[in-house]
Amino acid sequence: MKDFVYHRPSSLDEATGLLAGAEDAKLLAGGMTLLPTMKQRLAMPSDIIDISGLSGLSGITVTADSVEIGAATKHAAVASSAEVQAVIPALAKLAGGIGDPQVRNRGTMGGSVANSDPAADYPAAVLGLGATIVTDRRSIDADSFFTGLFETALEEDEIITKIVFPIPEAAAYVKFPSPASRYALVGVFVAKTKGGLRVAVTGAGPCAFRATDFETALAKEFSPTALAGVTVPADGLNADIHADAEYRAHLVGVTARRAVAEIANGGAA
Amino acid sequence: MSSATGIGVPLRRKEDKRFLTGRGNYVADMKLAGMVQAVFVRSPHAHALIKGIDTASVMGMDGVVAVLTGEDLATDGVGGIPCGWGITGKGGVAMKEPPHPAMAQGKVRHAGEAVAMVMAETLEQAREAAEALVVDYDPLPAAVGVLDAMHSSAPQLFDDVPGNLCYDWDVGNERATDAAFAKAAHISSISLVNNRLIPNAMEPRAAIGEFNPGTGDYTLWTTSQNPHVIKLLMGNFVLNIPQHKLRVVAPDVGGGFGVKSFHYPEETLVTWASSKIRRPVKWVCERSEGFLSDAHARDHVTTAELALDEDGKFLGLRVKTVANMGAYLSTFGPNIPSNLYGLLLAGVYTTPVIYCEVKAVFTNTLPVDAYRGAGRPEATFVLERLVDIAATEMGIAKDEIRRRNIIPKEAYPYQTPVIMEYDSGDPAGCLDKALEAADWAGFADRKAASAAEGKLRGIGLCTYIEACGLAPSRIAGRLGARAGLYESAAIRVHPTGDISVFTGSHTHGQGHETTFAQIVSEQLGVPVDKIDIVHGDTAKVQFGMGTYASRSLAVGGVALAKAGDKIIAKGKKIAAHMLEASESDIEFGGGEFRVAGTDRAKSFAEIALAAYVPHDYPLEVMEPGLEEQAFYDPVNFTFPGGAHIAEVEIDPETGVVDLVAYTAVDDVGTVINPLVVDGQIHGGIAQGVGQALFENCVYDDESGQLLSGSFMDYCMPRADDLPRMTVATHITACAHNALGVKGCGEVGTIGSPATVMNAVVDALAHLGVTHVDMPASPNRIWRIIHNAQSAMAAE
Repeated sequence: MKDFVYHRPSSLDEATGLLAGAEDAKLLAGGMTLLPTMKQRLAMPSDIIDISGLSGLSGITVTADSVEIGAATKHAAVASSAEVQAVIPALAKLAGGIGDPQVRNRGTMGGSVANSDPAADYPAAVLGLGATIVTDRRSIDADSFFTGLFETALEEDEIITKIVFPIPEAAAYVKFPSPASRYALVGVFVAKTKGGLRVAVTGAGPCAFRATDFETALAKEFSPTALAGVTVPADGLNADIHADAEYRAHLVGVTARRAVAEIANGGAA
Repeated sequence: MSSATGIGVPLRRKEDKRFLTGRGNYVADMKLAGMVQAVFVRSPHAHALIKGIDTASVMGMDGVVAVLTGEDLATDGVGGIPCGWGITGKGGVAMKEPPHPAMAQGKVRHAGEAVAMVMAETLEQAREAAEALVVDYDPLPAAVGVLDAMHSSAPQLFDDVPGNLCYDWDVGNERATDAAFAKAAHISSISLVNNRLIPNAMEPRAAIGEFNPGTGDYTLWTTSQNPHVIKLLMGNFVLNIPQHKLRVVAPDVGGGFGVKSFHYPEETLVTWASSKIRRPVKWVCERSEGFLSDAHARDHVTTAELALDEDGKFLGLRVKTVANMGAYLSTFGPNIPSNLYGLLLAGVYTTPVIYCEVKAVFTNTLPVDAYRGAGRPEATFVLERLVDIAATEMGIAKDEIRRRNIIPKEAYPYQTPVIMEYDSGDPAGCLDKALEAADWAGFADRKAASAAEGKLRGIGLCTYIEACGLAPSRIAGRLGARAGLYESAAIRVHPTGDISVFTGSHTHGQGHETTFAQIVSEQLGVPVDKIDIVHGDTAKVQFGMGTYASRSLAVGGVALAKAGDKIIAKGKKIAAHMLEASESDIEFGGGEFRVAGTDRAKSFAEIALAAYVPHDYPLEVMEPGLEEQAFYDPVNFTFPGGAHIAEVEIDPETGVVDLVAYTAVDDVGTVINPLVVDGQIHGGIAQGVGQALFENCVYDDESGQLLSGSFMDYCMPRADDLPRMTVATHITACAHNALGVKGCGEVGTIGSPATVMNAVVDALAHLGVTHVDMPASPNRIWRIIHNAQSAMAAE
């Protein structure tokens, strides 16, 4: 790990100021991606701005129609929150399946979403539930947030403060883990929302995306059989030594059907 | 003779207290005064010429003490890393043995090969300098896949090794085998790949070299399974250090699995560098660096055929294998796909004639060497897959075809057509017990239950044998070993009757500190808490050939018993004197020397005291003291074996294979500690299951870059991948050693890949599948199912 200047700002304003002022600054929340890449010398930031202690960035607030989760809230907090379990159990289950206990007790929702790792779990929930990403300067719709491999709509010095998840009528997340890393080889989040039926896929493409053909089919008939023969094109999907693109495309169908079945069977609300 | 802490008692391991409380002492824990940290600069290319290394530019960097390269090795006359086995191929042609410099000289031959060694005051400084060091490479095309490397047009690693062919070896009788095939009623065949593995011990390798300019003494602390062998190889053949000036210490070592039994370049380099800079030099391998610098394993491409008569009796076996050696010969490398493979192809069967050819090939990949099982899992995989194919093709049940061909218990000792003479065994007994324990007969019901859940269930069987307890030196010498393969032990009885045992075996997870103490406890009637096992330090232990090939108990343990015999013999003489009886009237048992038929006795501790306080002692005829040493060279290998049964459930939608049941009945000879044996078998099975279902070393075919270069991509088996296993033993004692022991360290890994894959193929048999290569990954299994379904739909 290369030397860097460590900052622990006491306010969001101070953090954004530092971020804009430094040569190559990185925000540190849980550090679950940043620290390993720094140890491997793949990332060599000049400045680290530690926002994990900022008041107001952590915590879960449930309102009549939404769940607001502070960006620095740890996965373990989401997984174990009785309130989240009560209104969006699929989100709590997703959080409880990220990484291992060490990761879940360090990693944060904002960090995961801002990183847009193609195999991360949270982006599927953000997109699948049609969440709103709130930053220090604006609100961004999930649909326009994930723009590519490790790329988002965030500006260089923009900081996520919270994510607002509308409470769905029902939702489920099914992950097919990579045998080696246990990241999502494919993960599908299916939700019946006030704005309609949403199917979001992670793991399969450069970043999380919506499977619109699945949504159309399910809107007509919400059952696993409605998805028979519905696929995502293999072109452009990820391919690696664990899964070729055609297999990933197939898994999107399988996991989507299983998520639908879970909802249909009342396994998740 | 017996003891409450003797042979057969399920004692908890003595050593676990220090491991579980963080009191172990590993190489990485050690700090020496004045120590510098070494970092290796490793080649990013699989094959390249080195045009230049600009060492001067980093010498001025903060904290940098020295930068050394392969040229410095040459200047100092440091030898290459030697190979411990010399294999002689067809027509008496010796294997090609190109030089293996500890750091590349002029050319790199695999990604990860060390090209420079940077030493600095701190690890960070060494890393900074290593990163800044500019190495000018001229990349060359790489020979990556083992079959590709054999092509005439393939890039050549060494100018004087045409076709990259290390050796072309055979064993058995080609003509007789051809004749057997000519009269066969049925011939079954298979083509398979035995997947390349990257072994991963929990503790990565580490080494510290220290030179004392005052005495000229060298010490190497290293994560080794056999410190005496490293001392001999490195001291005598590489660095030219006199044996009495070199000490090698392997302290607590966190797992080895064979991969820490080789002499590695880094051991030579830290030792050599410490004498150049006159400071201790420490290197600790990082996990990702280990992927690029530890020897890899397996990596065979094989075709094989089995000839049978109309009743399914095996008439002959023909095997052709191409084995990957990697870029250089590692210590045992060439021995693994030859002697430890071809000589095991008889398995537990009466196959009268066998012919096996093995071509060993150099490639631009890491050296390939022994890893738990070493050659024997590969042999078992070929044979047991082929037997299943033959059973299916001939319509004979898989247990029945084995029964028809198994060597009967009363036929031992049994001479196979491939050199080995099995001393003892009862494979049919193991098979019967395994079939019963696994409820083989009830499988159809379980398959139906799985089918009702939409799952494909399969059951797999494997009956296997292995050779371990390496080895009779005389036979090993004929097969190409360049060292003896005995083991040594010394028992030092202190004046109080407490005991220190010095063994040339090394424990790095096996539990010798408990089990070896149990052997002594049994023999001398002393409880294990009065017995310490000393190992791993050439300054303390007389000599040793180390721990690998399940040889610790079968060779080292028996050496210990022989030293114990000498202690008892001397004790009897002392007792006879003290009890004023004839030596022949003294019997020893229960920790007492007794005049037979009387109540006159001396305890073991009284005899020990008399030996060291010899006031009443036959000094005219016997020296005082009670310490004995023995070297034991066995007359034969030992041959553990057994029968394993696996059940899998496959999700046809995703291709995920779930191992739902595993039964192992093994004949490991006398069991010293059943807890330890169960643990060894559990762990061995887990590693074999790893090869069958998860692990796969993948190189880019063109560039020779390692694609499975971290745990993100190299899939190790985890606890939740494994079912609760049913393990049992079915013992026949080894006929040629004093303890009747055979060895248990590798049996699980040898039997399980074939067992699991036979179950996978069984689950897919209705689709016309006859073979699946390892690992049975979800993608591979889905593809097989998908293709089969597409083909059926097209018909």
